[in-house]
Amino acid sequence: MNNVDLETKVIEMKGITKKFGDFVANDSIDLTVHKGEIHALLGENGAGKTTLMNVLYGLYMPTEGNIFIKGDKVEVTSPNVAIEKGIGMVHQHFMLIDTFTVVENIILGMETTIKKGSWDTKCIDIERATKEVEKLSKKYSLHVDPKAKIQDISVGMQQRVEILKALYRGADILILDEPTAVLTPQEVEELIQIIKNLTKQGKTIIIITHKLKEIKQAADYCTIIRRGKKINTVKVSNVTEENLAEMMVGRQVSFAVDKKDIEKGEVVLNIDNIIIKDNRKLNAVNGLSLKVHRGEILGIAGVDGNGQSEFLEGITGLRPIESGKVVLNGENIVNTSPRHIMKKGMCNIPEDRQKRGLILDFSIAENMILEIYDKEPFSKNGRLNHKNIEEHARKLIGKFDVRPQNEKQAVGALSGGNQQKVIIAREVTNDPDVLIAAQPTRGLDVGAIEFVHKYLVEQRDNGKAVLLISFELDEILNLSDRIAVIYNGKIVDILDRKDANEKKLGYLMAGGGVENGRKEA
Amino acid sequence: MEGKRLKFTIISVFVGLLVGAFILLAVGFNPLEAYGVMIRGILGKPKYISWTIIQSTPLILTGISVAFAFRTGLFNIGAEGQFIIGALVATLVGYFWNLPPILHAIVAMLMACLAAAIWAGLAGILKSKFGVNEVITTIMLNWIALYLSNAVVFWDQFKRPNSEASYNILESASIRFPKTLRSISDFFRAPVNWGFIIAILVAILIRHILKNTTLGYQLRAVGFNSDAAEYGGIDVKRNIVISMAIAGALSGLAGAVHVLGVTEEVAVLAAMEGNGFDGIAVSLIAGNNAIGCIFAGLLFGALKYGGYKIQPAMGAPSEIISIVIGTIVFFISMPKLIEMLTTLRAKRKRGGEVESK
Amino acid sequence: MSLNDLGLIIGISLMYSAPLMYTALGGVMSENSGVVNIGLEGMMTIGAFVGTTVAYYSGNPWLGFLMGGLSGGVLALLHAIASVSFAADQIVSGIAINFLGPGLALFLSRVFFDGATMTAPIPLDRKMPRPFNYLFTKGSFLDLIFNQYATVYIAFLLVLVVWFILYKTKIGLRIRAVGEHPKAADTLGINVFKVKYLAVILSGVFAGFGGASMSIAVVSNFRATLISGQGFIALAAMIFGKWTPQGSMWACLLFGAAQGIVVYLGGTDVKVSSQILEMIPYVLTLIILVSFVGKATGPAANGIPYEKNEA
Repeated sequence: MNNVDLETKVIEMKGITKKFGDFVANDSIDLTVHKGEIHALLGENGAGKTTLMNVLYGLYMPTEGNIFIKGDKVEVTSPNVAIEKGIGMVHQHFMLIDTFTVVENIILGMETTIKKGSWDTKCIDIERATKEVEKLSKKYSLHVDPKAKIQDISVGMQQRVEILKALYRGADILILDEPTAVLTPQEVEELIQIIKNLTKQGKTIIIITHKLKEIKQAADYCTIIRRGKKINTVKVSNVTEENLAEMMVGRQVSFAVDKKDIEKGEVVLNIDNIIIKDNRKLNAVNGLSLKVHRGEILGIAGVDGNGQSEFLEGITGLRPIESGKVVLNGENIVNTSPRHIMKKGMCNIPEDRQKRGLILDFSIAENMILEIYDKEPFSKNGRLNHKNIEEHARKLIGKFDVRPQNEKQAVGALSGGNQQKVIIAREVTNDPDVLIAAQPTRGLDVGAIEFVHKYLVEQRDNGKAVLLISFELDEILNLSDRIAVIYNGKIVDILDRKDANEKKLGYLMAGGGVENGRKEA
Repeated sequence: MEGKRLKFTIISVFVGLLVGAFILLAVGFNPLEAYGVMIRGILGKPKYISWTIIQSTPLILTGISVAFAFRTGLFNIGAEGQFIIGALVATLVGYFWNLPPILHAIVAMLMACLAAAIWAGLAGILKSKFGVNEVITTIMLNWIALYLSNAVVFWDQFKRPNSEASYNILESASIRFPKTLRSISDFFRAPVNWGFIIAILVAILIRHILKNTTLGYQLRAVGFNSDAAEYGGIDVKRNIVISMAIAGALSGLAGAVHVLGVTEEVAVLAAMEGNGFDGIAVSLIAGNNAIGCIFAGLLFGALKYGGYKIQPAMGAPSEIISIVIGTIVFFISMPKLIEMLTTLRAKRKRGGEVESK
Repeated sequence: MSLNDLGLIIGISLMYSAPLMYTALGGVMSENSGVVNIGLEGMMTIGAFVGTTVAYYSGNPWLGFLMGGLSGGVLALLHAIASVSFAADQIVSGIAINFLGPGLALFLSRVFFDGATMTAPIPLDRKMPRPFNYLFTKGSFLDLIFNQYATVYIAFLLVLVVWFILYKTKIGLRIRAVGEHPKAADTLGINVFKVKYLAVILSGVFAGFGGASMSIAVVSNFRATLISGQGFIALAAMIFGKWTPQGSMWACLLFGAAQGIVVYLGGTDVKVSSQILEMIPYVLTLIILVSFVGKATGPAANGIPYEKNEA
């Protein structure tokens, strides 16, 4: 709070409304931010936080409303205007070019060129640019390797590149969109230090987030947005996390999940020392072992990029396994087909539902039979039975409350939550012994999250095994009976839920447990 | 959705003809006269109508071939080469083999389909096994097919002496209607044959396969989203090969029908004839719909056949047809533009009502 | 085979490579900015027609060459309008260009040359000059290699220029950025559409040069079969060259060499069917693609229309 200058309003957004067709993403929102403050924008997925900031940054034009930057009324028609006015934005999905170096990414659009007297050669002066970047990174203690390519550096460093990109453009107002989503708890601490540092040097920070704890730790003020409307702006020191949560969702919420106490059953999936290569032919999964029992939810915690994707693709038959064994219900399923693995009793809610899980141009009915289209009663002798296919879909739509309740609707037109319901309906109908759920709630709103969690727990209570892979530590802690931590393609430790807490997991996720050697599952 | 697409197509065709008219006007020809000559050249006599249908038939089939591959997410730019292979094999079988009538024609067509299926399947295998883009491989295969066909035509046993073409196929392999029909109507004074009927049957069959069979389900799943298809347990690589092979068979059939019904021989090719490339345009105009290909093929065939007639009649370059077709395809590639234009008009009609962006 | 035979093969190879190089460089430009350009064939064809026609009427091959490039650029402008401004399927609009280019070329040929689909030949002394014509003894090894049309040397120069622009200059960085991640470029205030327009139009200009270098240097007129397929070959060369100017150059030289060998063997007593010989470059390409290139991937956002996010 000590850096906030309440006399100076750097940002004033008045009555901002943004419509996409008939959909109102922002409904007459006011926002005031003072110099030197860390201002959090809190809201659920789809509440309209990012849209509001895209309006401020000039990526969208508001349908109605005015924007004042440092007291001047400004028409932010493009990011150029925003940049000129000293606004920088770090997007949730980094806007970095993988094949370019750090320096190239930072200078893009504001290239340092070689000048011969008054003649601008328009050729890039890469040496001078590198020096400038080095100077800047020292000044704000944002360590980066200027000559490395983006594809070769860590996510944390990529984020620092993004911040440097904004600072290089002379930004004194920084918008950070969900900056902690991809970081370990320790990296989050670091980031909070970095932004506090920046405010000391006179910068103003706006953070878009739905994580209450981080708001309490870092922010001075918080504006809560729900369904496109502003609910309130509060001084963070005056409210509790519970207050914030209530304002965010509009009712009392409990994030705790009801679970019966049940006995852990026999081992149904035994993964023994598997190695899987990534697209660059490096060992992404490097000697991973894990045993999954009936009647448990086994959570896998870890930072994105530690081999989770390759692990998932490997055990579901989508990517070759170099060595090791995966024994499912007594049979080694290594390098058999996805269809065979499904038949043996393992199903999968995929990480990326639009890429792997669904065919968006297909109808709900057609998606529901993706794995069973060639079985009776859906087809016979190679001929599809449209009547049975549609009836099957109608049954599942009713049971899982998919909306709209029209089996002929193309899945691409459904909301994220309803798309996920289609996948869950399809997979649970297969009655798998092992259900793999990868990022099952990513991008869903609170209602849909509760629905998904309920079904995962139901599977477990029915004596099935659930393997949950998530980057959301809260989700792992809320659902799991045991928690395995993945780091660098290995399981570095497995904790019982009662022994696990955020700090311990964070330490392990950052590779802290590796020196102690790998523990047996 | 389908209705909207049809509207876009009709607007595009109209714009294409309009652009053609302007270009004719610009170089000093009367476009109304030119289009008049064309229409009379297409519909003026029963014989012209039959010629239009004959010209359209191979385009319908190559169009379906390209459309079928598109449905599986593949771009079959190789219809041209598959057509050449089909024509060559049909002629070889039609000349060298001795079989009873009807059966001979059927065998010749099946062999042509098979050969072209293997030819195109090769591109499918190269894509699924080695990841080589099918656009490049089929372009290469087109040229290889052309020179291969020429090399075979130059073979002593096959080449008709003192000509640049092969011997004619045997009477038993012909799919032409009997000559006796000529006395009935002027309509039959062209090499009228079973090809058009075969093309319609094929269109219906392909539509049925795509819509009502598990094979069609797999192929469409792979076409829309191969990642999800793979995840669902569908063998993506196998389906790519199958799709290319079927597409090849269809183009091969086009070549066979053209040989067995019209030319009765294959000639030395100096350059690509364009039957396959035209098929791409047909498929695009038809919105990659097999039944639509019948109408798009007839449109294209009519323009082509009628277009030839403006050259002798009024000295206007018949290449105006390529420009018209190019313009049609150009506008079909931009549904966004047509959508913008139509909403703009609707907005004007409502009286300048403000619409939110 | 004597030294002179080798010189002959190299000389012919270089001559046939040049038109492909221009066109492939066009492909490099366009596709690095994220616009797939299958319409190179049509742009090359119109360039060939306009080039030789202007050269014929003006008597100046250089003017013909320039106008050939310009005409390719005009056709490319259409491709840019469709694929950049109206988010067209770039393959489809490229196909349209391939109907329009040859269609227009033959149409205009009939208008200008009395109904013929073949233009009148340029007199020999009005063809593209050979800068090193009298430098070496006529028919000597070096003469066979280096006594090339100016367009051949310009082609190599253009490889260097395109390489420099793409990898050393501000605009080159922006072109590549737009092809890899247009949204990132957009958030940094780069006008994505403008950059793409520039790259696509330049690609047409280069393809037009390619066509003109065929019709006013390699031969001296335009005819219906002059280009037939070379634009596609150039496209293949660009992919084979992994979307870089230098790589494309080597690929074009390879195609040119295959052509050179065919022409050479055609003039000898070697008893090989000319049809089989003609086939060789294409078979070779297939083999090379399978064994060396495999899953070549171009710029990350190549072929995907960039739409300024409304919802």
